[in-house]
Amino acid sequence: MKRLLFIAPLVLFLGIAGYLGFGLTRDSSILPSTLIDKPAPTFDLEALIPDGKGLKTDDLKGRVALVNVFASWCVPCRAEHPIWMRVATQEKIPIYGLNWKDKRSDAIAWLEELGDPYERIGFDPDHKGGVEWGVYGAPETYVIDRDGRVRFKYVGPVFSETLNETILPLVRKLQETP
Amino acid sequence: MIAELGHFALILSLCVAVAQSTLPLAGAARNHAGLMTLGSAAAIAQFFLVAISFAALTHAFVVSDFSLKVVASNSHSLKPMIYKISGVWGNHEGSMLLWVLILALFGGLIAGFGRNLPPPLRARVLAVQAMIAVGFLLFLLLTSNPFERLYPPPANGNDLNPLLQDPGLALHPPILYVGYVGFSIAFSFAVAALIEGRVDAAWARWVRPWTLLAWSFLTGGIALGSWWAYYELGWGGFWYWDPVENASFMPWLVGTALLHSAIVVERRDALKTWTILLAILTFSLSLIGTFLVRSGVLTSVHAFAVDPDRGVFILLLLIIAIGGSLALYAWRAPTLKGGGLFAPISREGALLLNNLLLTTAAATVFIGTLYPLLLEAVGGGKVSVGPPFFNATFIPLMVPLVAALAVGPLLAWKRGDIMGALSRLKVAGAVTAVALVLCAALAWGRPILGTIAMGFAVWLAAGVVTEIAERIRLGRIPLRQSLARAGGLPRSAWGMALAHIGIAGIIAGAAGATVWKEEIIHVMQPNETMEIGGYTLTYDGVQDSRGPNYLTRKGLFSVSKDGEPVTKMYAERRRYLVGGQQTTEAAIYSTLAGDLYAVVGDNDGQGGQTVNVYYKPLVPWMWIGSTLMVLGGFVSLSDRRLRIGAPSRKRRKPAAAQPVPAE
Repeated sequence: MKRLLFIAPLVLFLGIAGYLGFGLTRDSSILPSTLIDKPAPTFDLEALIPDGKGLKTDDLKGRVALVNVFASWCVPCRAEHPIWMRVATQEKIPIYGLNWKDKRSDAIAWLEELGDPYERIGFDPDHKGGVEWGVYGAPETYVIDRDGRVRFKYVGPVFSETLNETILPLVRKLQETP
Repeated sequence: MIAELGHFALILSLCVAVAQSTLPLAGAARNHAGLMTLGSAAAIAQFFLVAISFAALTHAFVVSDFSLKVVASNSHSLKPMIYKISGVWGNHEGSMLLWVLILALFGGLIAGFGRNLPPPLRARVLAVQAMIAVGFLLFLLLTSNPFERLYPPPANGNDLNPLLQDPGLALHPPILYVGYVGFSIAFSFAVAALIEGRVDAAWARWVRPWTLLAWSFLTGGIALGSWWAYYELGWGGFWYWDPVENASFMPWLVGTALLHSAIVVERRDALKTWTILLAILTFSLSLIGTFLVRSGVLTSVHAFAVDPDRGVFILLLLIIAIGGSLALYAWRAPTLKGGGLFAPISREGALLLNNLLLTTAAATVFIGTLYPLLLEAVGGGKVSVGPPFFNATFIPLMVPLVAALAVGPLLAWKRGDIMGALSRLKVAGAVTAVALVLCAALAWGRPILGTIAMGFAVWLAAGVVTEIAERIRLGRIPLRQSLARAGGLPRSAWGMALAHIGIAGIIAGAAGATVWKEEIIHVMQPNETMEIGGYTLTYDGVQDSRGPNYLTRKGLFSVSKDGEPVTKMYAERRRYLVGGQQTTEAAIYSTLAGDLYAVVGDNDGQGGQTVNVYYKPLVPWMWIGSTLMVLGGFVSLSDRRLRIGAPSRKRRKPAAAQPVPAE
């Protein structure tokens, strides 16, 4: 019995190692979301910025757009932020923000400092909208087509490589299809 | 040519490390003196070879030799010299080389200072140290060769990430690495002890100073990183529970536990197998930390996607190093003889409580950090669970730790008297109560959490003062005698007091900065003023200028208090020319009462500028507290040196080498 106690750390470690090994062998930042090719979930979030626009399901229809889950406490979000500034100003693709598990004042300060690339921002302090979208953590990014269907989901910070090789081509393709 | 020389030296050092990892072990097993001493010579040779290699890489960065791939991708000829040098370790390959350099340095130090170790133990420790080196050198040479050439060489480099072009972050990695790698010594000693099947007080006396050294550096490294985040990331946060931070925090937590449990082994010959396990875990977490961050498993999924070989190699290394040592532990640890017994309420009991809370805290951080990876394994991706999880799990564990921290040092070894200890803390309790009332009055209407945190900080500080006062019998014998006693206290007692008071400072600073902060965000026109934290801030407009490799826009502010001018300060937004990235440089005016912190954002196109101003009470106490902790570590370390002649062999004052009475 006592001997088992001494073996426990080894067993625990091997479990973790197996789990890391499993994680390593797959590049799964692009995940099959259960939402893919389905209409965006039903949700309705109030605006983050007091006189700004909120975000609800119907807002997603009509244009090809991106939905980006972000939070001021999330360092990877800060890392990907310049990409969204670029997409908003140069690529002219609408980006909708979902401000997730954040404090309103922190989030506004964050946007004031770094710039605000979002056309609309839904404020979701209590994971009410996030749960509908199946948000695991911040940041996450979705591509939404003109009919308001989710076409792509990316978990983790988007850098220029993912943007240029995956997201932009997809957006262009969706924009061209009538 | 010089780069090839560096590459060659690295290959040679691998050969030396292979010899060092095997021959001394055989020597120790057969009691062959020649083979055992070979370990020391090899350790020193290995250090010099790796040092040559590191010098060669540094040379390439200094002269901007863009025919080397790492230099081309991480440097630029316009970069200031200090960042050319820090660029050496500002990338994967170079930082791994720095890692190996520090590892080899520690091996050399054991060889140099360890002459008073029993030869078989020294041989085994050096062999284990070399095994780690073999793994790392193979990793470097096979998957991350820093001396890879580029043909044709580009005209100029890609520049270092501007966030890294900062004095704080230039020093951060080397200091952090000394901490991480320093724990390799505790690890090597633990594995050597398992091979020998013997752990005694002498072993603990050897392990403690090295652990203390590593711990002090790790503490300093973490504090420096936190300070950097505070002034560089632009909103005055100092701790993000980011995977990168957690990677250094986990070994710190377990290393702190190790530091304390090694005292029990040394003084009371108890908790041996636990201490060995902690030594293994501390270094294992350092390894996992370095690798998870370096490999990019946690920070960016891309690093792995482009080079899966590296990841698999890393995993194999981890399995061999950690799995191997834990297997050895499972096999040998049950045979280690247990030592002294103790009652639950005793100094040992208090230290054990400290250990349990610290390791549990480390486990929660581990789960929180790896939880995203678990999601990845089931089909998720890289995410950040964020502060809500950590605040909910970590802080409740720290509360009893801090509360008990004031009491523990007052308990006697073997069997303590909790009522006696508490009654000696009456004054401390009264001071805490007064402080609570004062704080509540001063911070009336602000979140109550801040006041509670201040109560804990004061309680801890008062407890530490009580402990010292008790030991010098302050107030019970004439002051002169008390002072004489204070002079005679071992330095480790002062070291402990400093480190524990440091924690009080950190609690106060962290609480002030998060719970009591004030902030104003406003679009300011020139000459407009705002009031915050008792200061009046006047915005004087912007000024554009140029740095060595960036353009900058400075927002200028005049600060006054009660009509009297206090200071002028400026916040910057820099735009780096090569990569086009922007960084913010906050304007900070620091006093002991708190920091005034300003950042400039975008301009509104009509002469106005978005300005974020924060007042963060007590923040400097966090940095003072961290400094005290590091200082405490070094003060304690200086005591060790005098007592047992290790790690330094200098004995200037033979009289001081007398063992001081155990407390």
